Amino acid sequence: MASTTRTVASDDDVVAIPLRHPGRWIAAAAIVVVLGLLFTSLWRNPNVDHPSITEFLFDPRILKGVWLTIVITAVSMVVGTILAVTLAIMRMSSNPVLRAVAFGYTWFFRGTPLLVQIVFWGYLGLLYQQISLGVPLTDIQFFSADTNDLIPALVGGVIALSLNEGAYAAEIVRAGLLSIDHGQREAAYSLGMGPGYTMRRIVLPQAMKVIIPPMGNETISMLKSTSLLAVVAVAELYTAATQISSQNLRQVELLIVASIWYLAMTTALSIPQYYLERYYGRGTARELPPTPWQQFRGWTGRMSGRWQNRQIARAAAREAVDE
Amino acid sequence: MSEPYVVEARGVRKWFGSNEVLKSITLSVSRGEVLCLLGPSGSGKTTFLRCINHLESIDGGRILVNGELMGYRQRGDKVYELKPREIAEQRRSIGMVFQRFNLFPHMTALENITEAPIGIAKMPKNTARERGMALLDRVGLADKANQYPAQLSGGQQQRVAIARALALDPTLMLFDEPTSALDPELVGDVLDVMRDLAQSGMTMIVVTHEIGFSREAADRVVFMDGGVVVEEGPPSQLLDDPQHERTRAFLQSVL
Repeated sequence: MASTTRTVASDDDVVAIPLRHPGRWIAAAAIVVVLGLLFTSLWRNPNVDHPSITEFLFDPRILKGVWLTIVITAVSMVVGTILAVTLAIMRMSSNPVLRAVAFGYTWFFRGTPLLVQIVFWGYLGLLYQQISLGVPLTDIQFFSADTNDLIPALVGGVIALSLNEGAYAAEIVRAGLLSIDHGQREAAYSLGMGPGYTMRRIVLPQAMKVIIPPMGNETISMLKSTSLLAVVAVAELYTAATQISSQNLRQVELLIVASIWYLAMTTALSIPQYYLERYYGRGTARELPPTPWQQFRGWTGRMSGRWQNRQIARAAAREAVDE
Repeated sequence: MSEPYVVEARGVRKWFGSNEVLKSITLSVSRGEVLCLLGPSGSGKTTFLRCINHLESIDGGRILVNGELMGYRQRGDKVYELKPREIAEQRRSIGMVFQRFNLFPHMTALENITEAPIGIAKMPKNTARERGMALLDRVGLADKANQYPAQLSGGQQQRVAIARALALDPTLMLFDEPTSALDPELVGDVLDVMRDLAQSGMTMIVVTHEIGFSREAADRVVFMDGGVVVEEGPPSQLLDDPQHERTRAFLQSVL
């Protein structure tokens, strides 16, 4: 009959049965199985000599390579970032020459492969045998040195990585600067702040919020790009690993060793990024969420509080029994 | 030297491209005077205000603030543009309050106020903070000193912005539609602060749509339309007995 009415308790508390998604469960199970099989086959592979992984993980040559990788990454990122800020400001300048130079720089260094740039700096000695500083068009020289002495492979590699990084990061910095409302500059100017001061104290700190996440990406990318310096024989992590494996022929094991270190370093990098983002994000969220460390402290605090309460309760119970 | 006028504008012209937005504005503001600029949007009143502290350059005429040519230096019959540093110095004696507040979001309310005194005027930090707190107290927000702008309501933000503009002891305050971006119930607090400021003898130029505020706080009201001053006079006369048809039409549409 048409008039059958089902009594629902109230329109407010309709209890809907959630839609089932059997497909998701099947897909998840299939992926877990495939991944499991893949890992066991890799791990059980008789051609992988597990003891040599642990043996070489803390080999002094590997550790030296790790250290060098960190140093190259840090120096290249710092130099690259300074360059990037300069280029970004040049790109936004009202001077057409500065704009064109900054544009040309980005065009060139983004447009040629990093590997080519690294090798180029390695061969700089072929182009200029001597590097000297003096007054142009005269014989006056303050300083002169052989190019290969002045720019060893390591320095050449760092220069190549920095110059390349500058080109990429310049666009990131520019995007950050463009994201700041023009009213911020006007407010600063109206308070008697000059353009340089406004950039340093008002615009850049706010732009950092936009700049930091992609710059974290760039740092991770840089850390891995240092392995390209193998072509100019800089003894960073990847070079160190391949040098060892060329002697003991344990190529796969040493690649695993290198990968473990690269993963460890990129993981470690996400920690400062998190705190930097937090610092520059101040004032944006109404209340900043606690950091993982604060959460951990809070958790241990609650746990120890609970434990203490339990101790007190137990002591009270014991007293009650004693009486 | 005591200049009779804080602001003296003579024949100020301004183009945006081929559009002439200010067609020879001549206007003087005496010390302690409160001037309200009324007019429909696009009448050039905000542009004129921004020309006074040289946020916009002018294409003709002269603007003098405290007897000093704003943004330019005159030598003989030639006028030279000033360096950004020199313009920045001139702006220190002019406070400005914006429609959209423009507080620095990465600084607390107090830091917003003390940034210019510490960083620009090289005031000792403690002095700047004490004075900043006094200014916050004056706008009724002493308890919000350590809040970030995002944690404040629009009305509170605008009051902080007024305190910030006062931090360098300006001789002139410019207000660019200070209540237009506010919820109606928050307008009152901001207008109260402005009224107090007017009573304390501050020279003020206020671009506003608040007819009520103009009536009670202004010494003189100027009605602008199409880039010209149509009519000016004391509020009682201009608001209650406007002489020009355009003024009458505008007041009717606003009231």
